[in-house]
Amino acid sequence: MSRQHNVLPGFNLALGYTLVYLSLMVLIPLAAVFIKASNLSFGEFWNVVSAPRVVASYKVSFGLSLVAAAINSVFGVLLAWALVRYSFPGRKLVDALVDLPFALPTAVAGIALTAIYAKNGWVGQILEPVGFQVAYTPWGILVALIFIGLPFVVRTVQPILEDLEMETEEAAASLGANRGQTIRRVVLPALLPALLTGFALAFARAVGEYGSVIFIAGNMPFVSEITPLMIITKLEQYDYVGATAVAAVMLVLSFILLLVINFLQAWSSGRVRKGR
Amino acid sequence: MSISFYFRVLVAVLASFALSVGAQEVTLLNVSYDVSRELYKDINPAFAAEWQAAKKGVITVNQSHGGSSKQALSVAAGLEADVVTMNQSPDIDILVERGGLVAADWKQRFPYEAAPYTSVTVFLVRKGNPKGIKDWADLARPGISVIVPNPKTSGNGRYTYLAAWGQALQKNGNDAARAKQFVAALFKNVPVLDGGGRGATTTFTQRGMGDALVTFENEAVLIAKEIGEDQFDVVYPPVTIEAAAPVAEVENVTKRRGTHAAAVAYLNFLFSGAGQDIIARHYFRPRDPAVLKKYAARFPAVRTFTVENALGGWANVQKTHFADGAIYDQITEQR
Repeated sequence: MSRQHNVLPGFNLALGYTLVYLSLMVLIPLAAVFIKASNLSFGEFWNVVSAPRVVASYKVSFGLSLVAAAINSVFGVLLAWALVRYSFPGRKLVDALVDLPFALPTAVAGIALTAIYAKNGWVGQILEPVGFQVAYTPWGILVALIFIGLPFVVRTVQPILEDLEMETEEAAASLGANRGQTIRRVVLPALLPALLTGFALAFARAVGEYGSVIFIAGNMPFVSEITPLMIITKLEQYDYVGATAVAAVMLVLSFILLLVINFLQAWSSGRVRKGR
Repeated sequence: MSISFYFRVLVAVLASFALSVGAQEVTLLNVSYDVSRELYKDINPAFAAEWQAAKKGVITVNQSHGGSSKQALSVAAGLEADVVTMNQSPDIDILVERGGLVAADWKQRFPYEAAPYTSVTVFLVRKGNPKGIKDWADLARPGISVIVPNPKTSGNGRYTYLAAWGQALQKNGNDAARAKQFVAALFKNVPVLDGGGRGATTTFTQRGMGDALVTFENEAVLIAKEIGEDQFDVVYPPVTIEAAAPVAEVENVTKRRGTHAAAVAYLNFLFSGAGQDIIARHYFRPRDPAVLKKYAARFPAVRTFTVENALGGWANVQKTHFADGAIYDQITEQR
């Protein structure tokens, strides 16, 4: 094995530090989940994680998180686009507003959203008479997840858009591309890797979200119970092991989905580089 | 610097140390459930004043509040509580099971099975009771909407469920199948399951959901008083459940911290005349007959049963009703 010296000094130190830090802060707590869950036999574990009510909660949590991340991807790009490409009065203010869902305690977000969408709230009193109930239904969960996930997409796409010079689009236009072709073949491929990262972050955040959802969800079994609530429910009944079993399933499912998204992202950024 | 300077410093340090030992400033941590916050805000200074008047030194009682079961879990996991004051006995029993933090005979350590006060489950309805809700059967009528906190995550919700179950048993000659049918019909009328009692209160009062809120008497009366007696009425059903709020010393902690005497004195204060008076002023039903009589106007007489005398105790209730796949799960899965 030939020793290769990195140009940057301190490689060993940096790697060692990274591994120790990651282990202490992330890997060891996660390992504890699996160790605790392994107190169950496989049959018991399966019974806990495949109970109909728990399965229904996976569908609610993962399904709505994917939908929310998808919606955020579309509108997040539009928002980032508007912030980067146009200058209008109050742009700085709008830019700062985007980060608000990051900063707000999630419980506050949940209470505020519920107050607005309940049948006596500003929005609810318009929607409810036409037969569209948002608060205390899965729609309410979706609204909360969109709210908390928005900054992730905007903040990952924005720097790429800033780097993407207007000249590129002008060049495309002068080479005969129409607006649609420019967006489809020039702008979007360059944005795609960042967009996928934003999607993944928004999705991951939504899957784990508890505080804001719990107020607006209604928490009806089989309809609007999210998986984190199932974990809390088990903890409240002193069922540590059952709670960690469900948590372990969530972890594995989230990890698989994030891996898939990462592969997609690697693939798409490879395409961008080849295209250049 | 001279030697005498160091000597003086040493003397000062020793003296202050001796003083701090002599003054015996004691702190206690009371880990409690969610809605007892306001009660203990009044109890603690009153107890500290009594403690000081008895020349026992300065005492500070710190509070920690949260969902009852969550709080018990924190104590089991190492939160250094000197005393626990909960709203259902399983939350203290768990501390006996998990590492013997509390003595197994904790119910015998204080009067009235170590529960200084009780509350009963009642209904809060919109002003004038437009839907005519008077009894449990009215809550199960089609077209009625009832707000109840989640029995899986809330002691308050568990008592509501058990109250409905117990009175249905009484009405139907202990026929469990009929009781199950009744409770299932009632929970079909529940559109939102909030995590805790306060959440359900908000949903009913602020969000305008539901025709009735089922909750503890102290909470219902407080809402009617705080938010406006022109908006809500409290309805006492003919029969309901009585919920005792148990207290215990966490001996593992008090032994180590040397706070045993203070902890016992604090809990005894809850049963004293002064403590019972504060309790009654917060709309919890006091145990002391004299205090109860003094505040009789606040506490209408109502026929009650308890988990212990009508439902076979908490261990049984936990197993047959709330465990995974038990009766509560069955009725929610039928929906």
